Amino acid sequence: MTRDGQIRLDDYRAVVPTATLDLLRRLAERIRGRSLVHVNSTRVGGGVAEMLHRYVPLFTELGIATRWEVISGAEEFFRVTKSFHNALQGQEQAFTNAMFQSYLETNKENAGRLNLDADVVLVHDPQPAALIAHARPASDGKRRGRWVWRCHIDVSRPQRRAWTFLRQFVTQYNGAIFSLPKFAQRLPVPQYLIYPSIDPLSEKNRDLTPDEVAAVLQRLSVPQDKPILLQVSRFDRFKDPLGVINAYRLVKKHDDCRLVLAGGSADDDPEGAQVLAEVMDAGSHDPDIHVLVLPPTAHHEINALQRAAAIIVQKSTREGFGLTVAEGMWKGKPVIGGFAGGITVQIIWGVTGYTVNSVEGCAFRIRYLLHNPDVATQMGRNARESVREQFLITRDLAEHLALMVTLLR
Amino acid sequence: MLGRAAWDERELLAGIEDVPAGSISYHTRSYFLRSRYLAAPYPNDFATWAAIQVRDRVLGERLAVVDLFDFADVEQLRGELVGIIDHHLTTLQTVPRVDYGEPFHFMRSTLIEVPTGIVARNLREFRDALERVDTSAIYFHFYEAGRRSAADPLAWLETEVGLADVAARLRRLNPYVTSLAGMRAQLLTACDAVMGGSAQ
Repeated sequence: MTRDGQIRLDDYRAVVPTATLDLLRRLAERIRGRSLVHVNSTRVGGGVAEMLHRYVPLFTELGIATRWEVISGAEEFFRVTKSFHNALQGQEQAFTNAMFQSYLETNKENAGRLNLDADVVLVHDPQPAALIAHARPASDGKRRGRWVWRCHIDVSRPQRRAWTFLRQFVTQYNGAIFSLPKFAQRLPVPQYLIYPSIDPLSEKNRDLTPDEVAAVLQRLSVPQDKPILLQVSRFDRFKDPLGVINAYRLVKKHDDCRLVLAGGSADDDPEGAQVLAEVMDAGSHDPDIHVLVLPPTAHHEINALQRAAAIIVQKSTREGFGLTVAEGMWKGKPVIGGFAGGITVQIIWGVTGYTVNSVEGCAFRIRYLLHNPDVATQMGRNARESVREQFLITRDLAEHLALMVTLLR
Repeated sequence: MLGRAAWDERELLAGIEDVPAGSISYHTRSYFLRSRYLAAPYPNDFATWAAIQVRDRVLGERLAVVDLFDFADVEQLRGELVGIIDHHLTTLQTVPRVDYGEPFHFMRSTLIEVPTGIVARNLREFRDALERVDTSAIYFHFYEAGRRSAADPLAWLETEVGLADVAARLRRLNPYVTSLAGMRAQLLTACDAVMGGSAQ
């Protein structure tokens, strides 16, 4: 780590084999001196911004001149892109020509303002996707650099009108990256699969001492006197927090335990506020149910809760990738997850945890693990090793480097 | 990703017939590279999908027993897989399909060669390198070597180091029924057994 707290590649020696880091450096040698620019819509908040704060210095350390550009726009633009986001994830949304126009004009303005001159231009999510339509050609009339659209959202069942509009820009790219095979679309450009990842050295995932864990739980008023079941997620119907409470109640008839549901504030999301109210109500008569509304910066608290838990639950009925599963697995915990989205990729059934399809299935697997602590311990070990191999930032970096090598050949 | 999916076994069959050779390799041979730590039920994606997602365990087992290292090239392997599924479907009244599981998504991969910078000049150095290289190097040299003779370390042992008997012994190890880590362990054991008292 540098004096200013910046993580260096060598810091990862503590968590991944030396050969993995050597491979990263060797791979980067193939494209040393080339340039990369990431483009997204915010520098703070959200998983993409969090990821880019880590990526940019690591790519730079690997010898790739890396920049990060952020598009700007009026409130109306972000209202439109929020509608895009929801529609692409399958929610019914109404669009007007004025909305499309606002999106296009903002992208055009940004294309004129941002420095998008690089060997590879990696454009994240729908907000800046139309920049490519205004990419300035070089003197020979061709577009400089290879442009790749990185889609971080679940587009397995997009609302057709939104996807058709976006598709006209995606087809102009040199390729598109999706997070799961089922997000792939019929496109005339190459589509690449790169799973998201977690950073083992971040505040949310770094090792904590038992004292640090105990201090956080004390502060949150969660006693450690009995096994803790934990779900970390937004208060959203697709995350099924009420289903988790019902599963806990089935377990509680036989086995003493606590349930912690930890998630972010739902102030800006009317439906989320409604779900949170229902969860609060459902848990209000049981002192062993703890509903924690934490700020988005509560990484340390989430880390401690995951380390204190006996079993991590992520009982989603619909999910993008669900990296909270990998976070729990990295803490050496067995995870019981809903059979949805990326959860099915992360959990190896019976080896690192269980995927379940009902409240009853969830309750049964919780009981099984509570009664078989040796199995739970072994699953937790397997889970950590599985994440080490597949879901750490080092693997993610290697795949982005491999993609750049492929694009720049 | 090819943007093509199969929801039933006839669509799987059609896909296997149509997709580029790189896709067949991805779903069979490169399974080992993608599943370094923990294996799915079977070491090829077609077999696992049939057994788990379609719940047609018979087809899963029939596809799983096909040892891809028995085939000189991908087209022969493709022909064998097509023959098995086609024959299986002729014995059924209806085409098994995904009811509750996930469809099969066809993918393909590109292998990028990256020199590790590790050089071996004799059996001992070879053994020590095997122990410390990333498992992707084990994959490249022992799972892909049949298709890339320049990458075949056993040919090097045979011709450059003059250890034809050792090369023959290592060649008998079958990669199909083990993981990359398992293969590494078997190679190390075999090297240790040969070196015994006489380091090369």
